[in-house]
Order: sequence, then structure tokens, then C-alpha cells
Amino acid sequence: MSHLLEFRPEGMYCAAADVYIDPWRKVHKALITHAHADHARWGQRHYIAQEHNEHVMRARLGKDISLQTVAYGEALHINGVRFSWHPAGHIPGSAQIRVEHKGEVWVASGDYKVENDGLSPAFEPIACHTFITECTFGMPIYRWEPQALRFEEINQWWTEAAATGKNCVLFGYSLGKAQRLLSGLNPSIGPIFVHPSIAQMNDALAAVGFQLPATLPLSSYNRSVHGTGAMVLAPPGAAEGSWQKKLEPYTDATASGWVQVRGNRRRQSLDRGFVISDHADYPGLLQAISATGAEKVICTHGFTALFSRQLREMGIAAQEERTLFMGEGGADAQEEEA
Amino acid sequence: MKSFAQLFEALDRSNSNLTKVAALEHYLHTAVPEDAIWMVALFSGRRPKRQINSSLLQQWAAEVSGLSDWMLAECYQQVGDLAETLALLLPSPSQTQQSPQLHQLLQLIQQLQYANEAEKKAFVLQYWSQLAGTERFLFNKLLTGGFRVGVSEKLVAKALAKVHQIDEAAVAYALTGKWQPDQMTLVQLLAVDAASDASKPYPFFLAYPLEQAVADLGATGDWQAEWKWDGIRAQLIKRSDAVYLWSRGEELLNEQFPDLCEALSGLPNGTVLDGELLCVENGQILSFNVLQQRLGRKKPSKKMQQTLPAALMAYDLLELGGQDLRSLPLHQRRQQLEQLLAEHASPALLLSESLAFEDWQQLTDFREQGRAQLAEGLMLKRLEAPYEQGRKKGSWWKWKVAPLSIDAVLLYAQKGHGRRANLFTDYTFALWEGTQLVTFAKAYSGLTDKEIKAVDTFIKANTLEKFGPVRTVKPELVFEIAFEGLQPSNRHKAGVAVRFPRILRWRHDKTVDQANHLTDLKALLPASL
Repeated sequence: MSHLLEFRPEGMYCAAADVYIDPWRKVHKALITHAHADHARWGQRHYIAQEHNEHVMRARLGKDISLQTVAYGEALHINGVRFSWHPAGHIPGSAQIRVEHKGEVWVASGDYKVENDGLSPAFEPIACHTFITECTFGMPIYRWEPQALRFEEINQWWTEAAATGKNCVLFGYSLGKAQRLLSGLNPSIGPIFVHPSIAQMNDALAAVGFQLPATLPLSSYNRSVHGTGAMVLAPPGAAEGSWQKKLEPYTDATASGWVQVRGNRRRQSLDRGFVISDHADYPGLLQAISATGAEKVICTHGFTALFSRQLREMGIAAQEERTLFMGEGGADAQEEEA
Repeated sequence: MKSFAQLFEALDRSNSNLTKVAALEHYLHTAVPEDAIWMVALFSGRRPKRQINSSLLQQWAAEVSGLSDWMLAECYQQVGDLAETLALLLPSPSQTQQSPQLHQLLQLIQQLQYANEAEKKAFVLQYWSQLAGTERFLFNKLLTGGFRVGVSEKLVAKALAKVHQIDEAAVAYALTGKWQPDQMTLVQLLAVDAASDASKPYPFFLAYPLEQAVADLGATGDWQAEWKWDGIRAQLIKRSDAVYLWSRGEELLNEQFPDLCEALSGLPNGTVLDGELLCVENGQILSFNVLQQRLGRKKPSKKMQQTLPAALMAYDLLELGGQDLRSLPLHQRRQQLEQLLAEHASPALLLSESLAFEDWQQLTDFREQGRAQLAEGLMLKRLEAPYEQGRKKGSWWKWKVAPLSIDAVLLYAQKGHGRRANLFTDYTFALWEGTQLVTFAKAYSGLTDKEIKAVDTFIKANTLEKFGPVRTVKPELVFEIAFEGLQPSNRHKAGVAVRFPRILRWRHDKTVDQANHLTDLKALLPASL
């Protein structure tokens, strides 16, 4: 049996169609799962992505990129290979790419989470022969509680800060996490300010129909007008910037799956850490894999060695492949710094 | 247990001492007295005796969670703390019940000493199925011992002082020594003094490293200078016809040093000395390495006591004739110390010499000779200062000799624990021997968080081999490694053992072939050895 997708130095390659999925070197045609920097890289000759990425990708990769978009579920045929994009639940516009050729089906899932966050279309399990999966949080210590509990915690933190005359600074990457946090915040507590890189993503998503709560630009914050009790959303890469000075006194926090572990949380030197991730937790990964019915699983990023060994012990043919995908806190954080 | 968990969360979340003290005060005000004293005990480093070994806990957790042993071990490696790992891995509680109070739970845990393995297992599994989140983590912490939460004994003392409206110094004194949280109340504990507990040590006064120029200390006549002895800090108490020897970590050392306790039993009742515990043979101080051999023995043989005799190098007198002298200025305490030692001469009791010096330059010259004296450097003490407590700036300074250092190559790396879990922070360094790199030291500290991250990234991208948790790294990075001294060793591959190795700086300017050779290190060995 030939391989419908193979791992090449340029990225995941479909020889039958002569296209790449999320390539990390420059190629002529790149099919994109989602717009995070480790998946949608700069400089590709031609991009094909799900339609919600129209403005987001142009904002990040250049206004004039050659970009073709498709709707979820819409079929695209290239050299007799059928490609389609299906919700991955990771961030708005994120997709798993289904590849079908001569009766064989592979799914490249990019990044995904199984919990419905109410903002991104929910993850859809796609039956396939081979499933290419991330395993950023592929260890059983990573288990998420429903996001409602976490938002309750965040709003509680904000309420307490407001009551004691403090502002809140909450760190989450600009595309995806920021919008998810926004949609969980209770705007009746106080005004919400956002860092320019988040404002840019909000606008790009609003343009394709995502509805987000009203926010104010960070630059407009003025103590004498707004007082304290404001919520400020900023990307992690902007931390320790001079903009934080005018927000004092403030309490700061991060929202990330890594802070599930106390050592990681404490290393951040922030007041709080809220366990909210746009990646599947360990049970979520197992659930997603089992739902595909796949005979073979390829683990691309995260705890690949451990997770694929676990899958093999469960009777699933699993292997690891080296990629340049980074998962939460890798590319997500790096792109903010760039 | 619930309110203790809330306290823990509040402490864990805050980076502000004010907030932490406020949280401790709140707990002291609201908790039942039996819980309050246990909290004080736990946060001042006292912990319940471990009743269940950790491999059993791991085994039971693997059973309950249905995980393989290897996965559990990997998770432990990732988290860096067993109590937390198990709390994260166990299934969510089936029934949530009101948890017992902290002291009740501790009592139940202590009673496990009479239980067999099946009973212990039933107990642990019951609470694992009832407790969630932080409470489950803390339950595991109580079972496994160690309680480091980023709250110092000093903060606990501050909160106690406020709540009980007594002097902070008195609280610090009350918290010293051995006491049993299940046999007394906080009010009783705070009232304990030398009269009710003869073994009670005074809180140690600790020096800060001298960072400014020594001449900035002012007039030389205001200062007493002594060698900074390379032993372990100790407090010797003679009260009610008994001798107590305490380490700075408030461990009672009587069993390890019966010779010293016996030799000093002739001191008058109501005497407390502060000094350095050393091995001394015929008036000659032996190296720290020798003392370490004795520290390693719970009960030293008669022969060891003879060949490696222990002595106290006394440098302060805290109590005489049952009178607390700590508020007197140093020169008065010193005078009484000299007199006491003159009257009670013993090879096991030495007086730390007060070095005569004319000016700061002369003292600087003394410091250069420190290593030859087997001293770590100099101590500078203000003659007018009382004996304070804890680490304070101003009246006591330690002025160490400059460390030895050598440029070495990073060869192996391992992940850290606690705050550094999941980052490669534990390094092994090597020096050249011909064309081979030979490891000679492990070091953990000395880099900034930013540098740790950069080294971590390098290690992940340049791993040559993996042996369990250890990675062999491409020899490329060079670091300057500082250490306090060295001696020949058969147990080390390099044939030399260095003391207190740590990273002084990252030598970005050096390539691997510019790192030092093993012969350079051996050249630093003391000539007499």
C-alpha cells in the first residue's frame, strides 16, 4: 500500500496530488489546517485554507498572498485526489484536512480540541484509515475540566481584583485563545482592553462573521477616565512591556494547558494560571483517535514517543514522525514575539 | 482540610509577602486551634513521620488509574513532585464528601504506623476517592512528607506575632527546637522558654555576603574579624545537667557527636554557645571532607571518635548563668566568652580567634590566606551589635575568598524538579584529557531564567543519546564553573572532587577546544596533598 501522505523535509506531502499540508519550507501549493505560524508559514507560492481564514491569513502573511478558500465539507479535487476541510475545534477557522484517493482516506488533523468552546465550530470526528494527530498534551496528567468552570474562576479573579482597586492583565495568544477568553469574560464586571495584535485578529474574525464582545484599544486606557477594575488581554510575547506600567496596580495571569502542573505555573511568575487550552487533553486525544476508527495513527508533535507507545499498548498501530509543529506555547508564543 | 487547602492556594498564588502574611493571619484567626498549630508545624519544616513508602503509593495509583508503571514514571518525571503527580493522575472522586479537619487527618495518618499494608491501602484509596484538587494534592503531601510552599518560617512568625500580639523575636524563639504539634496548643508553644524546655535553642543569627567594598564598612575599630570556618554551624546548650548540640537546621546532633557532648558536659548549667562544628586533631583543623565522614554516621564508632575527633570553635556566647545575653553588644559577649573558655579549657572547645588588623588592606591580605587556613574567608561583626536573629543585613557580614574556577564543557543534562520540572536544568560538565572529555562536576544553579531557557532549547535540539532521564548533549557550550575547593578522589572519574560547584557564567566567547584540561584542574590541588 502506498502512502497517501509522506513526511518530507518540506513537510507533509501528497504525491498523488503534488501538494503539501502545512509545509515548513517554501513550496508551490500549501494546504493549510489553521493560521498559527507553525502551520501557516510565510512565503508559500499558493495557499488553500478554510474560508474563515481569509482575513486572518492575509493580516499575518501579507495582503497579497495567493489564497484560495473553501467551506467546511466542500470537496476540492486535485489530480484525482479529493480534499476536504472539517472543523478541528482548535481556533476559529481551524480544520482537519481529509484526503481521499482510490478508496483510501487519511486525515491530517493539525491542532485540535474536542471540547466545544462555543466560538470555533466543534471538532468533528472523521472516519479514516490513517489519522495524523498532534499530542501536545499526550500525557495523562493533562486533563481539562469544562471551560465553564475556568471562566467562572477568571471572572471571580476579575471581580476580586476590581473590588480591591486593581486591574487584570490576562495573557493568551492573539489568534484563538484571546477570542475564546473574550467570549467567556463577563463584560458587566468592567471594561475590556486588548493589545493591538489581538485587536487585529478580532477585526479579521469579525469580518467573516464571528461575534465578539466590545473591546477598547489598550492605548486608550487612561486611569483618570477608566479607573481600575479593567481587564486587559495581551499575548504572552508582549509580557514585561512598558505598557504594563500604566496599569498598576494590577494582577496578572496566563491561560494555558501547561499551568496544570504547579511547577510550570510558578515558573511564569504570574499571580494566577488558568488551565485553558485549545489543544485536546489526554482523554480528548484518545477519544478523538478512537472515533476515527483509524488502523494507523501518526503522532507529529508533543509527547510523541510516550503517546505512540501508549497507543501501541492499546493495540493501535502508532508511530511518530518528526515535524516542526510546536503546539501550545511553542509557535503560539514565538509568533507573538516575532 | 478545606480551609487549609484554601490557605495553601492563597499562598501558592501570591508573590507578595504582605498577602501571604494576611492569608496566614486569616487562617490563624479562623482555624480550630488543633489545626492552627499543625499549620505552623508544617510550614516551619516539621512534618509527620512517613508511614507509607512512595513506591507503594505509586503502585496503588497505577492500579486505580489503570496506567502502566512506565507512564506513571514518565508523568512523575514531567511533574517533578510525586504528591502532585498522583493527584493529577487519579480518577476524579466518585463521591465528594466533607473532608476531615487537618489535625484529624494527620492523626489518622500517624495511626497508620500500627496498620498493616492492606489497611494502609484501604485508607489511602478511601481518601483518594473522596478528595479532589488541592485537597487531594495536600493529602498526598502529608503522606509523602516535604512541605515546601514558598512561605518561609519568618512569614509564619510574622503572622503569629500579629495574631497573638507578641514580639516577632519571641515567636521565632518559640518555633525553634523540637516540639510536637499534637501535644500542645499554640498558646502553650508560644509560652515555652528555657525554664520549661531546657533543650530550646535560640534562633541563629545569619550573615549576609559582603557585596560592597570592605572599606565602606567604616572605621576598622568598629569591627571584629574572624576566620569563616569551614564546618557546620552549631549551637551548644548546657542546661539542667544536660548537653544539647543543635545544627543550624535545628537537628539535634547529640547522637552523631557523643564525644563532643561528653567533653563539654563540664560547662556550667545555663550556658549557650554559638560556634562551628569541626574535626580537630592535635589543635589542627581537618578539612570539611573529614567532618563529612562523621556527619554521615548516625552513630560513630569509638575508633572514628578517636581518629576524627570533633570540636566546637566557639565564637559567641548567647547565655551564661541562665541569663540571655543576646541584647548585649558583641564586645561584652566576647569578653565573657573568653573568660568562660579560659576557665573551661578543653581540646574540644576552641576560641575563634579575633584577628588583629590595622587597616582594611591588611584584612584584605588576611582574606587571601583563607584557603591555606582551611577557612572559607572572613567574618566581619560589628562590635556594638547585639545578637540578632535570622538573616539580616548590617551587623554581620561574610566575606568569602574568591572561588576557584575553570572553563568546562556541558556534556549531560537532566530535567529539574519543582519549579524547574520539564526544563533541562541539571548539568554535568567535563574537561579535556587528551582528546577525551572527562566529567568532573554537576551543577544546578547560577544561570538566569532566560539563560536556562536558551540552554534548554539547545539541549532539546542537540541531544545525541538518551539514557533514561539523562541526555548526552553535543559538546558545544562552555561554562565557567566556580567551586570552593578540591581534593583527590577515587570515586570520581576525573580523580578529583570539587566542592560546591556552580555555574559562574556562560562563556559564549569560548569554543569547546578552548575549555580547560583536567591537568589545569589538578594543578589547583593543595600542594600538601
